[in-house]
Amino acid sequence: MIEVENVSKWFGDFQVLDDCSTQVDKGQVVVVCGPSGSGKSTLVKCVNGLEPFQEGIITVNGVSVGAEDTNLPKLRSQIGMVFQNFELFPHMTVLENICLSQMKVLKREKDEAEERGMKLLDRVDLIDQAAKHPAHLSGGQAQRVAIARALAMDPIAMLFDEPTSALDPEMINEVLDVMVTLAQEGMTMMVITHEMGFAKQVADRVVFMDEGRIEDDAGKDEFFGEPRGGRARLFLSKILTH
Amino acid sequence: MEMKYNWDWSVLLCRLPEDDPTGTSETTFGGTTATAGGAAQTFDTGADCAQPYLDWIVSGLGWTVVVACCAWVITISLGSVIGVSRTVNQPMVRAIATTYVEIFRNIPLLVQMFIWFFVVPELLPEDAGRWVKRELPLPEYWTAIVCLGMYHASRTAEQVRAGIESIPLGQTHAGLATGLTRVQVYRYILLPVSYRIIIPPLTSDFMGIFKNSSVALTIGVMELTAQSRQIAEYTFNIFEAFTVATVLYMMVTLIVVTVMRVVEAKVRIPGTIAMGGG
Repeated sequence: MIEVENVSKWFGDFQVLDDCSTQVDKGQVVVVCGPSGSGKSTLVKCVNGLEPFQEGIITVNGVSVGAEDTNLPKLRSQIGMVFQNFELFPHMTVLENICLSQMKVLKREKDEAEERGMKLLDRVDLIDQAAKHPAHLSGGQAQRVAIARALAMDPIAMLFDEPTSALDPEMINEVLDVMVTLAQEGMTMMVITHEMGFAKQVADRVVFMDEGRIEDDAGKDEFFGEPRGGRARLFLSKILTH
Repeated sequence: MEMKYNWDWSVLLCRLPEDDPTGTSETTFGGTTATAGGAAQTFDTGADCAQPYLDWIVSGLGWTVVVACCAWVITISLGSVIGVSRTVNQPMVRAIATTYVEIFRNIPLLVQMFIWFFVVPELLPEDAGRWVKRELPLPEYWTAIVCLGMYHASRTAEQVRAGIESIPLGQTHAGLATGLTRVQVYRYILLPVSYRIIIPPLTSDFMGIFKNSSVALTIGVMELTAQSRQIAEYTFNIFEAFTVATVLYMMVTLIVVTVMRVVEAKVRIPGTIAMGGG
């Protein structure tokens, strides 16, 4: 589904991605972890073309992301993305947030978009928040709306960029629960997270990044059993001690 | 020390008899006739109401409102285009927009008014220049509208740019990630949010257009200040003439402020400091 082959990227002279290769098969959940500044967020943004890259090839569902003639908006509409800071549109209600791209990209009628929106809000248990503005939601609620907004486009894969890092501890689980359900339903997912409990529960593989390189890319059991890279072991020991 | 001045408001309130022609009509607004040309014939009637001064004021106010509102339409549309252009990725587009802003905000408005009126028609191709000078009705009014609109567009462009640049990049990413094109991201996310942010400076600038429209008198636009000045010259009731102008300008700008306050309250984004949050 998602293939990343030998991707390198520079911001000016600074190399943020160094020859990265990995893949996410259909229905797989791949967790990406690593210290901040390791390039994991950049890598995920390369997958749907939010960040350009200079070398290598990324294909999603057989379409090359970096190719000149690729219809990026169309490709992106098939890949849901959830951000660390939710990024709901502040001037729209919750329902309008979920309907905007359904109507403007998928050309759905307003009724149809709203019906789909309400169904998804029901699914993330927020149906009574439809008319509220994002500012009136808690972080956990906002992130669940953001997930509903991405799902409204009927994506073939979902990207998560640290979806629980900005949340208060008591709200992390309500978001993780939604993600676990999604994973169990067979959604193809690439998830940047430090929630190792989530990784242990639903991940098929874990990718560990450091300084722009993919240092480790292993099956879940193998990764948590005995990480091969010394840095990965050090990283794990740091985040698992508490 | 007491100032010696005989206030006489009746000058402004009297009207001409119905059948008294006021000479050739040059500038009309809303069916009233105001003229400088008829002065010589009627001045020796000796009455205070030698001219329909109140009509002049009304006509002047009308032109001030028309010129300012038309200019504002240019300002908001052109200013938005230029402002957006300064935020896009293409260096060429940005350079053109930046050049526009620097030219139009760095030359005094009065100089721009003269350039548009006296110089630009000469630079146009011969036919176009002749059309502007000979056939275009009310050329000074069109010139004033274009000049004011383009001058203020440079300021509005900077406000629009500031508004857009204040929105976190994540919002653009979120829009693009759902499949919106860049144009749609501007149309549905960046511009609606930034217009709401910049309503206060937009209000100041809209009022600025009303006040700056007085500069148009230098190229012959008979707006409020020009009419007041004309009344002052005819009657020597200088204080009354300019008091009326002052009060009317303040009323117009107060209306603008009030309307914009209502708009601002209506479209306010929940969760901003303006809503009492933060």
